[in-house]
Amino acid sequence: MAIEVKNIVKRFGSFAALDNVDLKVADGELLALLGPSGSGKTTLLRIIAGLDWPDAGEVAIDGENALSRGASERQVGFVFQHYALFRHMTVFENVAFGLRVQPRAIRKDEATIRARVKNLLDLVQLDWLANRYPSQLSGGQRQRIALARALAIEPRILLLDEPFGALDAKVRKELRQWLRSLHNEIHVTSIFVTHDQEEALEVANRVVVMDKGKIEQIGSPGEVYDNPATAFVHGFIGESIVLPVDVAGDAVRLDGRPLNIPALGAASGAAKLFVRRHDMAVGPAGTGALEGAIRHVRSFGPIQRAEVALAGSEGKTVIEIDAPRDRELQAGEIVSLQPRRYRIFAAQG
Amino acid sequence: MSTAVARRSTLPGFGLTMGLTLTWLSVIILIPLAALFLKTFELSLDQFWSIVTSRRTLNALKISFGLSFAAACVNLVTGTIIVWALVRYRFPGRRLFDAIVDIPFALPTAVAGVALTQLFAQKGWLGAPLAELGIKVAFTPIGIFIAMIFIGIPFVVRTVQPVLIDLDPEIEEAAASLGANRWHTVFRVILPSLIPALLTGFALAFARAIGEYGSVIFIAGNLPNVSEIAPLLIVIRLSEFRYADATAIAVVMLVASFLIIFLINRLQRWAQARIPVH
Repeated sequence: MAIEVKNIVKRFGSFAALDNVDLKVADGELLALLGPSGSGKTTLLRIIAGLDWPDAGEVAIDGENALSRGASERQVGFVFQHYALFRHMTVFENVAFGLRVQPRAIRKDEATIRARVKNLLDLVQLDWLANRYPSQLSGGQRQRIALARALAIEPRILLLDEPFGALDAKVRKELRQWLRSLHNEIHVTSIFVTHDQEEALEVANRVVVMDKGKIEQIGSPGEVYDNPATAFVHGFIGESIVLPVDVAGDAVRLDGRPLNIPALGAASGAAKLFVRRHDMAVGPAGTGALEGAIRHVRSFGPIQRAEVALAGSEGKTVIEIDAPRDRELQAGEIVSLQPRRYRIFAAQG
Repeated sequence: MSTAVARRSTLPGFGLTMGLTLTWLSVIILIPLAALFLKTFELSLDQFWSIVTSRRTLNALKISFGLSFAAACVNLVTGTIIVWALVRYRFPGRRLFDAIVDIPFALPTAVAGVALTQLFAQKGWLGAPLAELGIKVAFTPIGIFIAMIFIGIPFVVRTVQPVLIDLDPEIEEAAASLGANRWHTVFRVILPSLIPALLTGFALAFARAIGEYGSVIFIAGNLPNVSEIAPLLIVIRLSEFRYADATAIAVVMLVASFLIIFLINRLQRWAQARIPVH
């Protein structure tokens, strides 16, 4: 079902957790809310679920005002970072819980409930754990059970709060792919919150980047990575080299020395130059916009990562670049650097 | 040449602490209890049986165990409600109420007994209105019951409180998001999680009430067969120099208490196994 969030404001004391947030989620989407801690992403998710209430604004699920209903009436599946499984119930009873607490009028009979729980446990591939207690399960298994439990109520939308945050790196990777394929299978509109950009880019159809209670950019994973809308997004997603520059007309200067690159329409004044590590072309000295001495090279896989102390900064500005391994770089070598792709954003404040 | 590697535990002091523990438990608990049993062997089996099954003894035991059980049940319910209010809500005077819960722990039981007796006597603040309703509390079994509730309440509150504080609020949010109403959340999610703590609190309140002497004897009236508790009967027998009689009753109380505590312990183990500490 589609979700529409309008002008949501939420304050905790004087701290604005959400500052006029608008968001539309289309039916069947798998959306990531990405941002650092304190960006308001979890608060937004909890407001959609009915676990928190906004100070102002509207939330509509499938065109229906959601704020007039409490969490228990919204039919929204919620998965918690720390699973929040019921410790005194077996895995089976955990998944069955949502079906057993339904109002008597629509509650299914025992056989239907059992069949449905069995199906869900099959779906998460953990039917063999039905009679265990949550404490006997690994973290990854617990999170899959939590997901099955949330799906039991046939939720109109599925919300996941840092679902893989408490898991170790390897399990996290597996579960990401698994969530992706699960979504392809059941197509329920889903929003998950994460602070892990890799997770957001890999799993979601669309990524919403948030910072300080505001949405910075909404776009496909490719868009937010290749065309970051703001300095924050460029810095937060992917590894970036950031250099303080001055823009005057179409000229860009670093430490007062002109860089031989166009300003791409950036306003005059103090600004920041953002370049991806792998977008810095390395050439012989004297041929590029920047020049520097290589201090250290580490090679792994298809790339070599070099630390370069930029000339003209008395060796104080050191940047890390990723170069292909077609030519081995040497420590001490003087090289020129030419940004292939870059963005210039006006410096804030 | 070989070097011997001493097997050392990383936790030091096993010998010392275990030795002290055993010595201390023996001196303080086991030896006195053994003496209690030995003393009863001065009686023949018939004598023992006739003392234990005499009407007065049986009534005293019935009063002690029956009222203690009832008081512990009341404390279980009211204690849980008090814990809920103290943990879940922020209200003016919360810390004061929290401190008040401990008073029955600290107050000399005789003081509590005198205070309760004054309060519930026929002309007392609570006794007078109750008397008008035809309910007599002081110097009746109801008085004993109230004294036992008084001394038992902190045991339930103090055992359940930390567990409820530790209960993850996300559990309740999860229940709500799954469509559970407050009733379902409380009775299917919260209370079952508290069962081990509730059982412990119940057992402690129950045990304390069985052993209570000081506060009860002031309010009880101490009529044989009506409002005479077993510990009082033991004291009476002692003052009559009938030591073997006293110990016979004591042994029955000891064994019965042990069995009850054992049973509650097993129940608790069973509940704990289902709700392991993570």
